[in-house]
Formats: sequence, structure tokens, C-alpha cells
Amino acid sequence: MTADGRNDPTGHQSSGPATPETGVGELSDPDVLGHAAPSVDIAGGEDEMAMLGQWKLMWIRFKRHRLAMVGVVLVAFFYFLAIFAEFLSPQSPHDYNRHYPYAPPQRLHLFLRDGDQLRFRPHVYGYTSTVDPASFRRTFAIDDDQIIPVRLLPQGPEYRMWNLIPMSRRLFGPVEPGAPMFLLGADRLGRDLLTRIVYGARVSMTIGLVGVAFSLIIGIIMGGISGYFGGVADNIIQRTIEFLQSIPQIPLWMGLAAAIPQGTDPLLVYFLITVILSVLGWTGLARVVRGRFYSLKTEDFVIAARVDGCSSLRIIMRHMVPSFLSHIIATVTLAVPTMIIAETSLSFLGLGLRPPVVSWGVLLQAAQSVQVIANFPWLLLPGLGVFFAVLGFNFLGDGLRDAADPYATG
Amino acid sequence: MGLYIVRRFLYMIPTVILISIVAFMIIQLPPGDYLSTLVARYEAEGETLDQEYVSRLREIYGLGRPVHVQYWLWIRGIITRGDFGRSFAWGRPVSALIWTRLGLTFVLSLTTTLFIWIVALPVGIYSAIRQYTVGDYVVTTLGFVGLATPNFLLALIFMYIGFSVFGQTVGGLFSPEFVSAPWSIPRFLNMLSHLWIPVVVLGTAGTAGLIRHTRANLLDELRKPYVVTARAKGLPEWKVILKYPVRIALNFFVSAQATILVTLVSGAAIVSIVLSLPTTGPLLLRALQSQDMYLAASFILMLSVMNVLSTLISDIALAWLDPRIRYT
Repeated sequence: MTADGRNDPTGHQSSGPATPETGVGELSDPDVLGHAAPSVDIAGGEDEMAMLGQWKLMWIRFKRHRLAMVGVVLVAFFYFLAIFAEFLSPQSPHDYNRHYPYAPPQRLHLFLRDGDQLRFRPHVYGYTSTVDPASFRRTFAIDDDQIIPVRLLPQGPEYRMWNLIPMSRRLFGPVEPGAPMFLLGADRLGRDLLTRIVYGARVSMTIGLVGVAFSLIIGIIMGGISGYFGGVADNIIQRTIEFLQSIPQIPLWMGLAAAIPQGTDPLLVYFLITVILSVLGWTGLARVVRGRFYSLKTEDFVIAARVDGCSSLRIIMRHMVPSFLSHIIATVTLAVPTMIIAETSLSFLGLGLRPPVVSWGVLLQAAQSVQVIANFPWLLLPGLGVFFAVLGFNFLGDGLRDAADPYATG
Repeated sequence: MGLYIVRRFLYMIPTVILISIVAFMIIQLPPGDYLSTLVARYEAEGETLDQEYVSRLREIYGLGRPVHVQYWLWIRGIITRGDFGRSFAWGRPVSALIWTRLGLTFVLSLTTTLFIWIVALPVGIYSAIRQYTVGDYVVTTLGFVGLATPNFLLALIFMYIGFSVFGQTVGGLFSPEFVSAPWSIPRFLNMLSHLWIPVVVLGTAGTAGLIRHTRANLLDELRKPYVVTARAKGLPEWKVILKYPVRIALNFFVSAQATILVTLVSGAAIVSIVLSLPTTGPLLLRALQSQDMYLAASFILMLSVMNVLSTLISDIALAWLDPRIRYT
């Protein structure tokens, strides 16, 4: 599910005698966290460490995980884009400009040569277009003579931030509203790709979260029943999971997504796609939850609680859930990228989200044929968004899992 | 052991029955059926189909009957006569369409598996015994990159590179002169020369995952006392590594195999669409879009059966390989 080496059920992270290599102290690999000499940089030493709560301990371990920190930065960056998309993008995602279809990316220049001195005048160069007489195709060339000044917080057409607050300035853009500025190129209709990638983050980054939230709810309920009560319920749920996992997921998703009629309300499509992704998504989470319940059920503190006369609900919520919550969070983080890739793939095939919704998959749909890619390679750029978002989540999840590992002694 | 295999086979039967039902239900989900789509398309073009003709077609394909009757007719045909129904869009029996494509999907998945094994095992061993060296970091980084790139994006990038650097279109499984030729040795060789791109595209994520698994498992093994003992009594280093730790890590290789094949079969669908390979993917997509229900359902059914079978084979192989597994 998480396509990753470290969560196999054999629990191979149980600590053994440290090999000579682990003393190197390189923290970018999670393995070392389980085995390196503990608490080198923590004031107070062993005694104080023993006093810390589990979340504090997790946080300390997490902070020392370099890749996880990179992950935090990447993920935070994309959510920042997603939240402030309106302000951060130079245009509105549906603004089209029929004069500039497939305009190539421009470079942003910061200094302008004025006589013999350089002045700080951010600008881009305009385009000259020629129409091929045979194919009627318009080709663009960057024209060094046309200077389009660019500035921070330019005045532009009115828009509403989050559909609420009326605003007219965006973070950056051409000084003159409507002047061509396509830093990452334009698409078939002359829409700014940078703007659309920023807006795409909003859909692509949330659909993973919403999908995982659905999966998590089903997963915890099913896994909880399965693991806590066992018996017939466990058997049925486990067989169901095995069954669902034996259906190849992409054909299954394709089949389900094809069932969404054309012309369905985009918001409903969004919702249905997350449901479709959760159809399989919950199975992996349920397995993890079940495994945790199983291993905790016979722990002394759980038995003590039961002997004390606690109700099942109280035992689960008060005693068991807190002790594996951190682990669940890590698993969930690792499930998000799978969802992001799934949504992108489905939308790319034309079965997922559909225009006018802007998501990275929808954007990549424009780059389906080799002719388009060969002529307008910048249309592949939304793929970079997918790549870095997925990478970020993987790093983050890896770090969380290592930090949440109760056997680690860092 | 024999009993175990028989029991596993018996377990398979209810799963396959359930899958066939689900496959059929999925196809029924969209409103309308192939004929109503057809009629709508004709009407959109300003033509009308003869009502009698439509109802006769409906009769022939059994579309007017309740779903469970349709399912029963379909599944009975498959079991008794190997008849998967007719494809509406192609006007041919489904069985005439799917077998070569399923075969090629199988070849593609199997070749990719071999590729994954050949690459992942040595690289995994290398990065475990050379933990925290430059080589290990390079491998780990590449692994993360491989996991973070969606299959279809990788296929697109390959297409772009193939076109802009080598000036040729990447895609298909055969050169034009071999597309409809009968099977022969030159045709086979031609396929091999095309096959490597989808294999690499499809295998990257799996390889990356398996390298990380191998590395993690082998690292665990290497920390165990018996390795120290072996080293202490003076065994040559290659023997210390290869004799036992790698063999134990291999068990995991086999148990991961089921998941890998499942992902491959599923991933092959989308990669094939991008690279327009004559495998199941493109045809399934078109069948789903045009509600060509028997064709789509048969594909989903057969792909799932392929999955179930590969899980079974990997389970049996594991039971045979690993003496610690008790198959009772």
C-alpha cells in the first residue's frame, strides 16, 4: 500500500546489536535512529529522557530526521500554494488569451541594462508570432525588443480571495494588466500554466487528504472491529479485504470512475472520486489498525484496564488508541501520496476530474500525445508538482513512522 | 504440501465467483447501456436508428432482461463454452479480442518482474552492505525518485526523450511491418526491442520499492549474532553475506512477489494506454467509455483472475521455500 520497505508486519526494526556502521551518526537514513547512540544532543541525558511523554519523544526524534524536515518543507510549501492560490498566482485559472495559444515559457529577468549601468527592473520579454502558411500553426519566438515590466503586487482585475474577500492585487504580475506573462508557458487556450499549476495544487493536494480521511474512518472502524473483537467478524472483514485487494486497482478505479455520468456537477465528481479511491484505500489502513489492536490486546495495561472494569469503548478510546495513534498518523501520511498519484492517473485518462476543474491530472491530460509533448514540452510541468508533492509526503511519512516507532531508542 | 495446494485452490473459487459478480456489477453502474449510448450518438448526429432494429439488437444481446439473468447467461457461457459474450463495438466475440491482449499483458508483467528482480537484488544487497556510503545514498535517492514518479508521467518523459533526442516515436510493441504479421522469430525479436521501454517504465517503482525492502531486511539479518559468528570463524566475506542473510532476505522477495505482480498488472493498464501498447489497457479504457459491457467485464474478470493466480503461485513458492512456514 505504501510501497515502502519498512512497514512489513515482521517488525524488523526491533533493535539488535549495533553494527559498526551505525555509529557514523548520519541521520538522514531512518535506520540509524533505531540504533545510534541515544540522546547525544538532548540536555539532561537519560533521566530526563525517561520523564518525557511519548509525543515529546516523537517530536525529538522527528526533528532529527533530515529527510522528514525536507518533507515538511515540501508539503507545507504545496499547502501554502493551495491555500493562497488566488493571491499567489498571476492570473485567474480560466483567463484565456486567444493571441497566445501554446506560448513558450519566458524567463524572468531582474535587471535591465540602461545605458552602461544595470538597474533593478524586473521584466520579461514579449513574443513575436509567425503563422505557418501551410499548417496555419502559430509559432512564438521570444522578442528581446519588447520589454514587459513586472512588479510585485500589481493592480489587476478584481477577484475574490476564497470567494469572499474582494481583492485586486496579486503577489506579482505584469505592471500593465493583460500584458503577456507566461513564466511556465501557456496551454492550448493561452491560459497561464503557472497559474493553473498553483490552482491545481488546491484540488490535487486536498483530494489526497479527503480520500485518506474517508479511508481512515472506514479503516479504523473495520480494523478496530476486526482486531478487538476477532472471531467471525474478523474473518469476514479479512476475507473482504483480501478480496478487494485481489482486484487490480487501476482497472477497478477505471471501471468505477467510468460510471460517473458526463456532465455531473464538478463538486460531486470530486466527492465521488475520493469515494472511489477509498474503496481500496481503507483496506491497507484497516490491516494496520487490526495489527495494532491484536498486539495491544494482550498488553498488561489493557488487561489491567479490563480487570478494572472499564467498558470496551473506554479501553479502546482511552487506553489503546493513544498508544498507536502516532503509528496511524504515519501510515496515513504515507497513504496520501498514493491517493494523489491515483487521482492524477485517473484524471489523466479522462476518467477522473474533468475541466473546468483544475487539478494536476487534468492539466497533464493536455500532454497525452507525443506530438504535443514534442512541440510543447512545458505542458509536462504539472508532473513536477505531482513529483515533489509525493516525494514530500513520502519523506514526511517515513520520518513520522521512524519517530513513532516505540522500539527506537533515539 | 499437496493438501495445502489443493486447499488454496479451493479457497480461490469463491473469490473468483465474487470477482466475476463485482466485475459485472461495475459495468452495470453507468446509466443506460451500449445501445442507448449508440442511439444517443446517432441522434446527436441528426440521424435516427430504426426502433425495430434497436429492439432486435437488445433482444440478441439480452439487454432487456434483469441484471442477474444477464449475469447468469454471461457466466454460464464462460464456464461451459469459453464464450465471453460479444463485443458491441467490435461486433466480434470477446474471446477473439482478449486472449492475445491478455497474453501480451502477461508477457509484459512477467518480463518486468524479471527486470525488477535482476536489478533490485544486487543493488539492494550492495546498498545494505555498503550502508551510508555514497553508493547507498545514490541508490536511496533514486529509490525515492522512482517511487514518487507516477508511471504514466515516466512514460510521457520517455516519449519526450525518445522523440527529441533519438527522433523516433516511442510506443507500440512492434515496428509497423510486424504489427499484423503472424508470430515468427523476427517478430519476437522485434517485440523484445520495443519491450524494454514499457518494462523500465513499469518496473521503476517496483524496483525502487524492492531495493528498499531488500536493504532493510538484509540490514536486520546482518545485525544478528550468527553473522558475527560466521565472520569470527573466518569465513570469506562474500560467503558470510551470501550464504545465509541473503537467503533469508530472499524469502521476502518471494512473498513480495504477489503484490508486485498485482501492481504491475494494474499499472500496465495505464502505461499501455500512454505508450499505446496492444495490451489490455487501451481496449479496456475504450470499452469502459463506450459501455461495451461484456468486453470490459471480461477484461476486469480475467485481470483479477491473473492476480489471484499470481498470489497463489507466490504463496505456494513461499511455503516450499521457507521451512518456517507451516501449511496446515
